Amino acid sequence: MLNIKCPYCGDRSQKEFAYGGDGTIARPKLNQEISDEEWDNFVYLRKSPRGKHIELWHHIAGCRQWFKVERDTTTHEIFRTFKPEE
Amino acid sequence: MQKYSVFSLIKNAFSNHEKWDLAWKDPTPKKEYDVVIIGGGGHGLATAYYLAKEHQITNVAVIEKGWIGGGNIGRNTTIIRSNFMYDDNARFNEFGMNLWRNMSQELNFNVMFSPRGIINLAHSDAQMNAYARRGNSMRLNGIDAVLLNREEVKKIIPMADFSEDVRYPIFGGLAQPSAGTARHDAVAWGYARQADSMGVDIIQNCEVTGFDIEAGKITGLRTSRGDIKSKKIGLCVAGSTNVLAEKLNMTLPIETHLLQACVSEPVKPVLDGVVTFGAGHFYISQSDKGEMVMGGDLDGYNSYAQKGNLPTIQHVLTGGVALFPFLSRLKMLRTWGGIMDMSMDGSPIIDKTHIDGLYLNCGWCYGGFKSVPSSGWTFAHTIAQDRVHELNEGFSLNRFSKGYLLDEKGLGTKTWIS
Repeated sequence: MLNIKCPYCGDRSQKEFAYGGDGTIARPKLNQEISDEEWDNFVYLRKSPRGKHIELWHHIAGCRQWFKVERDTTTHEIFRTFKPEE
Repeated sequence: MQKYSVFSLIKNAFSNHEKWDLAWKDPTPKKEYDVVIIGGGGHGLATAYYLAKEHQITNVAVIEKGWIGGGNIGRNTTIIRSNFMYDDNARFNEFGMNLWRNMSQELNFNVMFSPRGIINLAHSDAQMNAYARRGNSMRLNGIDAVLLNREEVKKIIPMADFSEDVRYPIFGGLAQPSAGTARHDAVAWGYARQADSMGVDIIQNCEVTGFDIEAGKITGLRTSRGDIKSKKIGLCVAGSTNVLAEKLNMTLPIETHLLQACVSEPVKPVLDGVVTFGAGHFYISQSDKGEMVMGGDLDGYNSYAQKGNLPTIQHVLTGGVALFPFLSRLKMLRTWGGIMDMSMDGSPIIDKTHIDGLYLNCGWCYGGFKSVPSSGWTFAHTIAQDRVHELNEGFSLNRFSKGYLLDEKGLGTKTWIS
């Protein structure tokens, strides 16, 4: 089981969290012309690397805050957790 | 190639089974092949077999990093079905069902295909309506579908919890009687043995380290056992698709996730078909050895670990015990995991790519095993003819950007949505 350190609450069991996917994907800016390709990139295309991965997690059974985690997708080692704006 | 039969079995008994031919050779890679298939799993081996058999292309290599049959073909829960609603999925998988029915004879290898039926359970009137619609769509594509009411389901699985006060009471279900199971390892070995006998080189312990691309055309690949030239390369690497895509500077609508399964200790025959309990994230069948074979959802976050975490197994078995209370008395024999190439709409991709001569076969999500023959057959056609077959037209790589998703059941990478 993963042990995830919520930046707001501290170390908690994986069971308290929901996964939010790749944390490096940025939504295209609102109210601007965007190409189909940009939208495709945002909605569907993912690198899904083997190794270090920055991802979003949601402390859904806790403080309900979203935050980012840098985790190894092979060993599940968590290197750091940080607030989205950091 | 030595033909397997009762006579060859008796003959070899006299020499204590020490003089059987090797089922396939262990060749050194040649400098050049007409086609190289990366990935010696079910899909890759089937592709090589159909390239040789249907298209007479025998100068083919199958490159495998580990050993053949060591990936998802040896890790799945062996379910074979074609109970799909959308035409593209239904036709493709029903074509595969016909290949399954003749596979043991065709490969001269007993794959133990056992059409024992599958039931998807329904727990509300709305779900019964949805299943009636899916069943009708299946029938329009020539697939057997039977809508079962509560009493009919009870006759088939009397040991399920049919009490009124459960969270998900059983209203009925949708059955496909011709669905079934097969012995997964035998599928890989059967295809490997026949492909090898027609001249395909199966090269194990050979890792792909890079690709050679000139002016938008693939010209070869670099491996841990030397460079290999080839004008046509097919990728059949399931959970490792993104790793190779990175070497090709491609980004795909695929995420790699971990899916677990488990088996109980063997018990006497109790369940003769496959039962899926979608509401409880659980499905089950009983192997010929008597083990209850069970699985459920993804672990839920990107993973290349090939082994899972306990919370998912607990979650799956909680659903299992809710449906079949007797499971609580069984010991779990083992659990394992495999890494899945989860596509964004839950349907696969079998297509050409923007690189000339590079072909892509991925996105099998939860259901790669049943598609081994149909995927191999259509991928071989796509590679040999350099164009997709009508059976895999819908599985295009650009369907995401074009908006033609094949979102059969709301599956895919985003398990937290469905």
